Amino acid sequence: MQEGTPLQSRQINAELLRTILNSPKWFWIAISILGLIVLFAMAAAGIMINKGMGVTGLNRPVMWGFFITNFVFWIGISHAGVMLSAILRLSKAEWRRPATRAAEILTVFSLMTAMMMPLIHTGRPWRLVYWIYTLPFVPYDYARGIWPNVRSPLVWDPSAVYTYLTSSILFVIIALVPDFAVLRDRTTGMSNRIYGMLAMGWQGNPRQWKLQIIAGVLLSALILPVFVSVHSIVSWDFGMAVSVKSWHSTIFAPYFVVGAVHSGVSAVAFVLIILRYIYGWQNYIRHEHIDALGRLLIVVATGWFYFLVMEIIFGIYGREADEIAVRSLQFTVNPWAIWMLIFVVITYFLPVAIWLSKTGRRNLWIMSFACISVNIGMWLERFLIIVPGLARKQLLTFDWYTYRPSAIEWILVGGTFAMVSMLMLFIARVVPLIPLYDIKEAEILRTSIKIGRVSVPATFRED
Amino acid sequence: MANRPILGLFEKADDAADAGDALKSAGVDQKDYDFLTDAPYPEGAFGERHESHRLYIFPFVGALIGLTVGVMLTSMTQMAYPLVQGGKPILALPPMAVVTYESTMLTAIIFTIIGIIFESRLPSFKKGLYDTRITEGYIGVLVNVEEDQLNQTQTLLTQAGAIDVVRQSGGSAA
Repeated sequence: MQEGTPLQSRQINAELLRTILNSPKWFWIAISILGLIVLFAMAAAGIMINKGMGVTGLNRPVMWGFFITNFVFWIGISHAGVMLSAILRLSKAEWRRPATRAAEILTVFSLMTAMMMPLIHTGRPWRLVYWIYTLPFVPYDYARGIWPNVRSPLVWDPSAVYTYLTSSILFVIIALVPDFAVLRDRTTGMSNRIYGMLAMGWQGNPRQWKLQIIAGVLLSALILPVFVSVHSIVSWDFGMAVSVKSWHSTIFAPYFVVGAVHSGVSAVAFVLIILRYIYGWQNYIRHEHIDALGRLLIVVATGWFYFLVMEIIFGIYGREADEIAVRSLQFTVNPWAIWMLIFVVITYFLPVAIWLSKTGRRNLWIMSFACISVNIGMWLERFLIIVPGLARKQLLTFDWYTYRPSAIEWILVGGTFAMVSMLMLFIARVVPLIPLYDIKEAEILRTSIKIGRVSVPATFRED
Repeated sequence: MANRPILGLFEKADDAADAGDALKSAGVDQKDYDFLTDAPYPEGAFGERHESHRLYIFPFVGALIGLTVGVMLTSMTQMAYPLVQGGKPILALPPMAVVTYESTMLTAIIFTIIGIIFESRLPSFKKGLYDTRITEGYIGVLVNVEEDQLNQTQTLLTQAGAIDVVRQSGGSAA
């Protein structure tokens, strides 16, 4: 079913390219404020690199804290792009059209942000160069007798994430080619030359459109297994470790994948609401789209909750001493217990209660609240997996310590949110965040069917 | 005599399809005219020729190359740094699997992108006859005919319902 009024090509161009051709007055103010926050975070990172990891709250035995939590969180957000774009494209879901581009771009920026976190976490990011370049003139670590383990699951992480990042960037660029042609036809001077180069001489003949459509489906099918592998491998950073009892779980891979989709789709719904509000895209991001996302989220959230419960039950049922120790820390010792309660309520019970009601799904303020709630909850989830697992008492460890994040860590985490927001705003100034040709295609295929005395809006679908 | 392009602009898909039929009846070869639009229309909407392609070969070739590179990269790295850990073999398959899988998928995707660009006949920076009104929703019918047939083609496009006809020299012809 389709809601909304029919749109003409000229109107679609004018409304969706407004952000590029005439940027609003508040744009540079917003970019400046977000840029200042990012600069502040960069200064904090500089202090940390200069002074050492002692300025963070990390200490034995909790050596993974906010940075790794934030890494997993942003990887999770990145799963929105493929979830919406690939799955909905393959299933030919009509309501995907306004959501795909923003979701794909959010994927790219969140992946870039995620990959910064382990680098910052190393404390000495320049050592990455030693590790990668094994040329004779570079003092690589092997030559120093350090011998990093090339068979470690930690090596899998960058290979998976960079595969996903490269694929997502290419996916976005190839889908942008027809829209670059529209921009080429509407700009002058240097902008015209740049968009002309990016459009690569696109004319829009049937052959080019046919390949563009096949490309969408084919790339979706190819990226889908990569998307599943990425968060599985991120979960194996924990799951493959035998030493931390509560992490060593076979259910971690699917649990993390579904959790990532849960937080990612919620983030996309929130981004769409923001875009609708700030750019006045009521004709494109309609209540029916947010409603559909809300319905989808009920299924995803319930799937995620099932895995959460299974993970806890399997942990407790075996009554292994180490596992019970971690669970009792999570559920009976404050502050972990209170955080655990808050996490479950705001990630599942509260948002699902909202999404079960049509009024809740169609009220953009309530939907925004539910989506933010899920993402705060999913951030907490990663924190509650990582820190209590490391903080519990174990044999032969002489140092006991409760993790308290320092101001530097708070600033850096805050900085990543400002960075993704800034990049999203900035990209909206350069490319249309709603694919023009996808919306125009929907208008071409829009029709109505007369059943009895009513005329029902419908969409023609090609097989 | 050299072929010259002429472009008819149509408001309605039906009119553009009629123009295609008229060109076909007039004996213009199907490879000498094309339909330019700002959005994908259902295949065959204009009665255009069937477009065949070999895009599906590209991801397979890419996957094969990626698989080979992945196997070589992981095995050669392990052999180059023979550090025994926990009595496990130097050349172990489980840690190779993930990196090999990722390199296979990455190369398959990169080759697919190359395939899309190549099969779409892009990049094509040669200045041809084009009108920016196409990206405003008008449907362009681009015809390549011999110079002495330009007037006849123009009449044919106009009769089919073209709101404007453009020729290479620039400016409207009708």
